[in-house]
Amino acid sequence: MSAPLLSIANVSKTFGAVVALENVSLDVGAGEFFALLGPSGCGKTTLMRCIAGFETPDAGAIILNGADLSGVPPFRRPVNMMFQSYALFPHIDVFENIAFGLRRQGETKVAINTRVDELLAMTQLSSYGHRRIGELSGGQKQRVALARALAPRPKMLLLDEPLGALDRKLREETQFQLKEIQRLTQTSFVIVTHDQDEALALADRIAVMRAGRVEQVAGPMEIYDRPATRFVAGFVGETNFIEGRLARNAGAALITEFGPIPCDPGDVPDGARATLSMRPERIGVAQGGEGIVGFVENFVFRGETTLLRVRVAENVVLRAAAGHGERHAIGDAVRLRFPSDAGALLAEEK
Amino acid sequence: MSGRRRLSLGERLVIAAPYFWIAAFFLAPMLLVAKISVSQSVLARPPYRPIFQLSDSFADLWAKAQNFTLDSYRALVSDTLYVESYLSSLTIAAVSTLITLIVAYPFALAIARAPERLRPLLIGLAAAPFWTSFLIRVYAWIALLKDEGLINNALMALGLISAPLQMYATSGAVVVGIVYSYLPFMLLPLYAALERQDVSLREAAADLGASPAQVFFRVTLPLSREGVVAGSLLVFIPAVGEFVIPDLLGGSETLMIGRTLWNDFFSNHDWPAASAAAIALVALLMVPLLAWERARLKEEEEAR
Repeated sequence: MSAPLLSIANVSKTFGAVVALENVSLDVGAGEFFALLGPSGCGKTTLMRCIAGFETPDAGAIILNGADLSGVPPFRRPVNMMFQSYALFPHIDVFENIAFGLRRQGETKVAINTRVDELLAMTQLSSYGHRRIGELSGGQKQRVALARALAPRPKMLLLDEPLGALDRKLREETQFQLKEIQRLTQTSFVIVTHDQDEALALADRIAVMRAGRVEQVAGPMEIYDRPATRFVAGFVGETNFIEGRLARNAGAALITEFGPIPCDPGDVPDGARATLSMRPERIGVAQGGEGIVGFVENFVFRGETTLLRVRVAENVVLRAAAGHGERHAIGDAVRLRFPSDAGALLAEEK
Repeated sequence: MSGRRRLSLGERLVIAAPYFWIAAFFLAPMLLVAKISVSQSVLARPPYRPIFQLSDSFADLWAKAQNFTLDSYRALVSDTLYVESYLSSLTIAAVSTLITLIVAYPFALAIARAPERLRPLLIGLAAAPFWTSFLIRVYAWIALLKDEGLINNALMALGLISAPLQMYATSGAVVVGIVYSYLPFMLLPLYAALERQDVSLREAAADLGASPAQVFFRVTLPLSREGVVAGSLLVFIPAVGEFVIPDLLGGSETLMIGRTLWNDFFSNHDWPAASAAAIALVALLMVPLLAWERARLKEEEEAR
């Protein structure tokens, strides 16, 4: 990657006794769609507010486009933020909300009109310019907030839970729109979310945060398939944690109480205790043939898959997703197969 | 709304209570004053005619009502004392309201932005003057403003002035008195409006490039409009009819309608003239109120 647009170096922040950010370092590239993902209270919003200038880090530096932002007030930073509550100005209409940033930049009247019309069209709000904020639906408000933040052509757009207030159906539709708008505008988007599906669907890269620290930064596929820590594996998607001891001889495998499971050993030393994170849909389920024997305890039909709870040892129950059309009954004996590249081996951290 | 629900007796009574209150304690005295205002002034006790009595039949009432006259109202227009009193009252009240607004706004802002647990204390302090008598507080201003008062003595001791400034018994002193006395009435509605403003609106404005001054004039101030209007009305309306402050702090040349009214009632015993002046004052003050209410309703209609 060439010089990153945004570089966060060793940023820490505490509120009283609460550590919000602990030595966070991140880079975001130009034109990248980047997600800060984590449970509430993990520091992702604090980090975003530090970038926008609403919070001052206790230590560390935030460098945008080569310039250190410390001491630069929010109104002089070339980043814009879309607020979780949208924070639209209720006393002016949609047009003036979107024009707000442009007017502060002292643009000409013609330039402002052109730019606002362009954004109204982009967000499918063309006939809504003279509406009051109170007259808009939730989805429309969300689009006005996006248009307003994009209007002054920021170097970077910060989005705080942009889809959080929308209902499920609208959210999916809006995800596509957001991705499309990001592609069209070529602006770096940094999104804060606690919703792993949203992060996986939207972002080029994801930073998973926990208790003020960054646990892993990687692309969505890698986060999902190769989680670096037990926390990441558990937070992003569903998984089984399989405990065992690694044997590196002749095709590495995790030796468990219900049998050996082939896996990629990574840098875990031979004989060490380790945890294998295994996604339910990566486990092969069959009525017979090879594999570890288990008994179906329970199942939930999920549409394209059926999630089975399979007991493989006295106190080990694995979740495995059976494909569409396969029928299983409670008490059935099944065979579970584990492809050697299916899981992610984590050094024991329990 | 479709199909308005019939109200139960209890609900009707609850709704009727405030109407009854207004009718009994506001409308009835107003009607009495209105009736006196169209009566004739006489040297008697009470000093006006006709006087209705409970024993009067409708015919009697009608006969007596023939004596009604608009003379008092004509006098209001023709007598320059009244016109000047009104104009002077409106001016003094307007100037006082503006100054009160300018003084109260930073206070309200400071309280609204103070740490949440401090706010009740600060609001309590703002209302603290109410714990002493209004009259005493106005008298205290005499001690401050008079020629050998605290302010003049202090300024002379510092050598800033050689002769006392004439502050007491001026229109300026009346304005000072009104601003001081009515400050809490401006402060509370302003505080209420500012306190419920969403912090993220100011952050959003700053984020979009608005300097702190622009954030104030583009976001904070326009969004507190309701508080500004409510506070201004609460100060302006009583200030127009204020009697105690101009009587104690004003000079002989300070004309205010409250004082003129007082003189007519108690010195000249011209009750009809004083009543007419009072009715005209109420009418005068209703105009801005109604205009504001209409504008507000229209805006709500448009917002829908």
